[in-house]
Amino acid sequence: MRITTTVNGTEHEVDDVWAGESLLYVLRERMGLPGSKNACEQGECGSCTVYLDGEPVCACLVAAGQAIGREVTTVEGLATEGELHPVQEAFVEAGAVQCGFCTPGLLVAAHDLLERVPDPSDLEIREALAGNLCRCTGYEKILDAVRLAAARQARP
Amino acid sequence: MREFRYERAADPAAAVALLAAAPDGAFLGGGTNLVDLMKLGVATPDVLVDVRELTSREVADLPDGGLRIGAGVPNADLAADRRVRERFPVLAQALLAGASGQLRNRATTGGNLLQRTRCGYFTDVTKPCNKRSPGSGCGALEGVHRNHAILGQTIAGSDDPATCVTTHPSDMAVAMVALDAVVRVLGPDGEREIPIAELHRLPGSDPSRDTTLRHGELVTAIDVPALGMPSRYRKVRDRASFAFALVSVAAALDVRDGVVRDVRLALGGVAHKPWRASAAEYVLRGMPATEASFAAAVESELEAATPLRDNAFKVPMARNVVVRTLLDLAGRDTERELA
Amino acid sequence: MTTMDRLVGAGVDRIDGPAKVRGTAPYAYEQDPGEPIAHLAVVQSTVNRGRISRLDPSRAEALPGVLAVLTPANAPRLGKGLASDLPVLQSLDVHYQGQVVAAVVAETSEIAKAAVGAIAVGYDAEPPDVALSPDREDLYAPEKLMAGFATDSIIGDVDGALAAAVVSIDATYETPTQHHNPIEMHTSMARWDGDSLTLWDADQGPHNIVNDLVTGFGLDAGQVRVISPYVGGAFGSKAFTHPNQMLAAMAARVVGRTVVYELTRQQMFSLVGHRTPTIQRLRLGADPEGRLTAISHEVVEHTARIAEFAEQTATPTRVLYAAPHRRTTHRLARLDVPPPTIMRAPGETPGMFALESAMDELAVVLGLDPVELRIRNEPERDPERDLPWSTRNLVECLRTGAERFGWAGRDLRPGVRTEGRWLVGTGVASATYPTRRRKAQCRISVDGAGRYVVEIDGSDIGTGAWTALTQIAADALGTDMASVELRIGDSRLPFAGGAGGSTGLASWGTAIVFTARDLRKQLDEQHGGQPPAGGLSVDGELPGESPHAKTHSMHAYGAHFVEVRVDRDSGEVRVPRATSVYDAGTIVNAKTARSQLLGGFSMGVSMALHEGSVTDERYGHYVNHDLAEYHVATNADIGEIDISWLDVDDQLANPIGLKGIGEIGITGAAAAVANAYWHATRLRIRDLPITPDKYFRELGES
Repeated sequence: MRITTTVNGTEHEVDDVWAGESLLYVLRERMGLPGSKNACEQGECGSCTVYLDGEPVCACLVAAGQAIGREVTTVEGLATEGELHPVQEAFVEAGAVQCGFCTPGLLVAAHDLLERVPDPSDLEIREALAGNLCRCTGYEKILDAVRLAAARQARP
Repeated sequence: MREFRYERAADPAAAVALLAAAPDGAFLGGGTNLVDLMKLGVATPDVLVDVRELTSREVADLPDGGLRIGAGVPNADLAADRRVRERFPVLAQALLAGASGQLRNRATTGGNLLQRTRCGYFTDVTKPCNKRSPGSGCGALEGVHRNHAILGQTIAGSDDPATCVTTHPSDMAVAMVALDAVVRVLGPDGEREIPIAELHRLPGSDPSRDTTLRHGELVTAIDVPALGMPSRYRKVRDRASFAFALVSVAAALDVRDGVVRDVRLALGGVAHKPWRASAAEYVLRGMPATEASFAAAVESELEAATPLRDNAFKVPMARNVVVRTLLDLAGRDTERELA
Repeated sequence: MTTMDRLVGAGVDRIDGPAKVRGTAPYAYEQDPGEPIAHLAVVQSTVNRGRISRLDPSRAEALPGVLAVLTPANAPRLGKGLASDLPVLQSLDVHYQGQVVAAVVAETSEIAKAAVGAIAVGYDAEPPDVALSPDREDLYAPEKLMAGFATDSIIGDVDGALAAAVVSIDATYETPTQHHNPIEMHTSMARWDGDSLTLWDADQGPHNIVNDLVTGFGLDAGQVRVISPYVGGAFGSKAFTHPNQMLAAMAARVVGRTVVYELTRQQMFSLVGHRTPTIQRLRLGADPEGRLTAISHEVVEHTARIAEFAEQTATPTRVLYAAPHRRTTHRLARLDVPPPTIMRAPGETPGMFALESAMDELAVVLGLDPVELRIRNEPERDPERDLPWSTRNLVECLRTGAERFGWAGRDLRPGVRTEGRWLVGTGVASATYPTRRRKAQCRISVDGAGRYVVEIDGSDIGTGAWTALTQIAADALGTDMASVELRIGDSRLPFAGGAGGSTGLASWGTAIVFTARDLRKQLDEQHGGQPPAGGLSVDGELPGESPHAKTHSMHAYGAHFVEVRVDRDSGEVRVPRATSVYDAGTIVNAKTARSQLLGGFSMGVSMALHEGSVTDERYGHYVNHDLAEYHVATNADIGEIDISWLDVDDQLANPIGLKGIGEIGITGAAAAVANAYWHATRLRIRDLPITPDKYFRELGES
């Protein structure tokens, strides 16, 4: 099966994709984009979160064929021209990154939240990030990071 | 995961025709359950017919004030729909209580109805399960079943091919059952409508079948008739978010002059299907909207409970949350909320 | 030490942060071995005890893309001397469910996984023996516990003192099997060049892994290189070698090219260890003022049939409170389970749940504030080793925490506070963890321009070590962080033990400080204080424990204060806020340290409310072996947590004055939650986790 998908603004075409592969597998193994992480393969941890046609999804549960002709944005696509996105900056500054393995998925989920809700309440943050498990941080600094990024984006 | 073909169809009818010709095939919606089950080796279709973008993504008004929800409407979109939030809070709340944002973005309304159980014996191909592997027995009956059914199970011994004690995992379906939704399906023989109470089944003598759908039948839409009373969904789970229900309650209550004029009540996490608490509803209609009435009603429903060794807690838990949910609804001014 | 106070203490952003938020930090799976990679998948036993009777690899071997199928019949023979479950595929015997009985190597991971399904295995099996009970007749006393602790300690006449005590407690507490569940799954990628092996690996310290590979494959230490710069969490499961490293190396040798093996989440539940379940009987005797006269802490826990792992569960009871008569014991049951291993604060985590719950129960009987009870039993010296403390500020932690939390005026009565349908309560518990350090070597080089390279085989599993060590080095060298390049996570670097036992910074940091001192001395004495044009390189070593460790008892301390809310209808539990205050000595990086302490405490809340691997005793397996059913705390489960530390240091422990922060946060946390739960509900839950069903059990309604 041939998969043609636009990833981070660039069209990728890969051949001989087996129908049983997931979008996550295609991104990591065939397109050389290892930023999205494989950690549970069941949609339970959120480490593989990517945008699919503008909506965050667990790439591990998207069958490869379902990505044909769609637009995907991964954590690698958040920075522009090498500059970290404010959400990425805030995660580093707030101490929201520890082992870093849940981080790419959290960044996509947090990025999406701030696109939809520029000034989210704590409850909205927790709900938006409910599908992203973190085993290191206890989540507090992740909340801080989202609040920080929201405040930065609010500045003119 | 074994070999299979991935197919897209031009329209729903073509998808139905494709699947009708493939006895071991399956429709693929959002994939949030099916892809997982395929990785685990629980589901082994030889053809996947992708219907994620095929069925309607529209939520349309029905003349009576109800809604026709396309089977392809993502759960997230449905939960966010203003009409759903205003007219059917129970449905919006149930949707938001399920899974996570990422999964709700991907999961479809049709697919949500057809989720399979999360029983740990069903999802482990090395262990017995009559649902996954008919005749292999039931691992849960005498095993780990803290979060299993208390109503309507088939209990005929661990080795009996009919035994099944698991629950249906969907939150949305519990709300739909309380709302008397009608499931519209397209099959090889044309269209038909299935009242949702007749869609999901109890294990009976064949636990392998979750629903009354026939092979090749595709859910195209769900009609939710007008409700005309306040409603809400309450879910109890082991952690604050992202967990399946221990017990959930979908309720709607119409109280006038302190008397229950109408009530809808469905329970999740207690049976092989979303459990319509018809006995409780029957007892309640015409009764004063008091804690005593609500308690008596739910007791009449739970009289039939046959809890297992380790899940008897679900009986008082269900009783308490039903009573609390109804009290909460009764405390509201029905007429003002409808105005 | 004037150079020590410039960067140490500052909340510097982690230097590995930018790469991690860009998604470019290469974890083990993402390393480039320089050649095409083959993938490995495993067949696991479905029985706990027995022997393989039938294993036919031919169907799998015939599948396109399959390069090899390894079985006990054809797998390369590994060297003698491998312990536990490391002799992978060396025998037909099965010792636990999930044991690897065959492995497929294929062109892609999907092909390998598909081929696994084509391998049928038969067993001559015996029923699993997996049920832990204090009534088992085969319980035995191990020779020693983990980390060299004595199995038992007995001082005075405990039974006599308990019988004579005016007030006493006798209660049994249980903690379940727990699994580490780091977010990154264990991954090993092996490449052979002749007889030299390179392993890119997810582990807590490359040197921890090298020795087993040397033994297994009959190599010299110089022929093995283990590389693990980025590790996605560990918590103990990546501390030691497990079957994954052996399998990757074995398979790579067989197929003659690089092989990677990444565990699935489900496989983590059987292949890389777990925390043993415990059953702990606590008996406390006290006088009417609450002064303890006797403490007895008897532990029953499990180990595997093929390996002894004796968790040091009652060891915190040996140091925490004064009492003239005292006893701690540990007894093991050898079961048909995978080998247990260390998991965040092994010993202290389950042990402190029991001890600190029992102290709360004693306070209730006495009608005494539980903070005051702890203060009244503060020992002047280590009560069992009879040594002075290096530093001990537990009372200060309790007092400061009480102040920050708003503990004063707390109503002692349980079950009397409500807010809507919530029952509200508060609870307290102490925290403690030993302060240690281990042997470590270091090399520091400086070039003519004053740029430093610091090399040590330390490890950053998410702790912040990368950043904190750079701060320590910059201070010790009298320079700024930008002038220091730190190299860690590679067994070619000077020796260091792995991240574990909260010893990382104490060991690696001290080795860096010692080596930096040597370097500066040489620069001063031989080069006029300036780096020579050709540069200079110095090797240094920290021999091991502090010279004061034999004469002083060294521990970190803390106090947790927790508010718990329990829904009176459903039994659901929430922890909306908590305060923890620590005596952890010098804090090297305020930002990364806070995260470590927050993370440790949160894992304790997760343990209290959610975590437990549930065994089916008939089939012998963990039923909830994935992240859908093994619940860890989600974002919504963790409330506002106030973390602070005392401004103290411990110069007897190490020249930096730190005590280690990786584990102190989790110790006692679960007890604080359980104690607050009692205060909210009047219900005392003595078996974790505190799930909603137990509310109805304790009410007698189920």
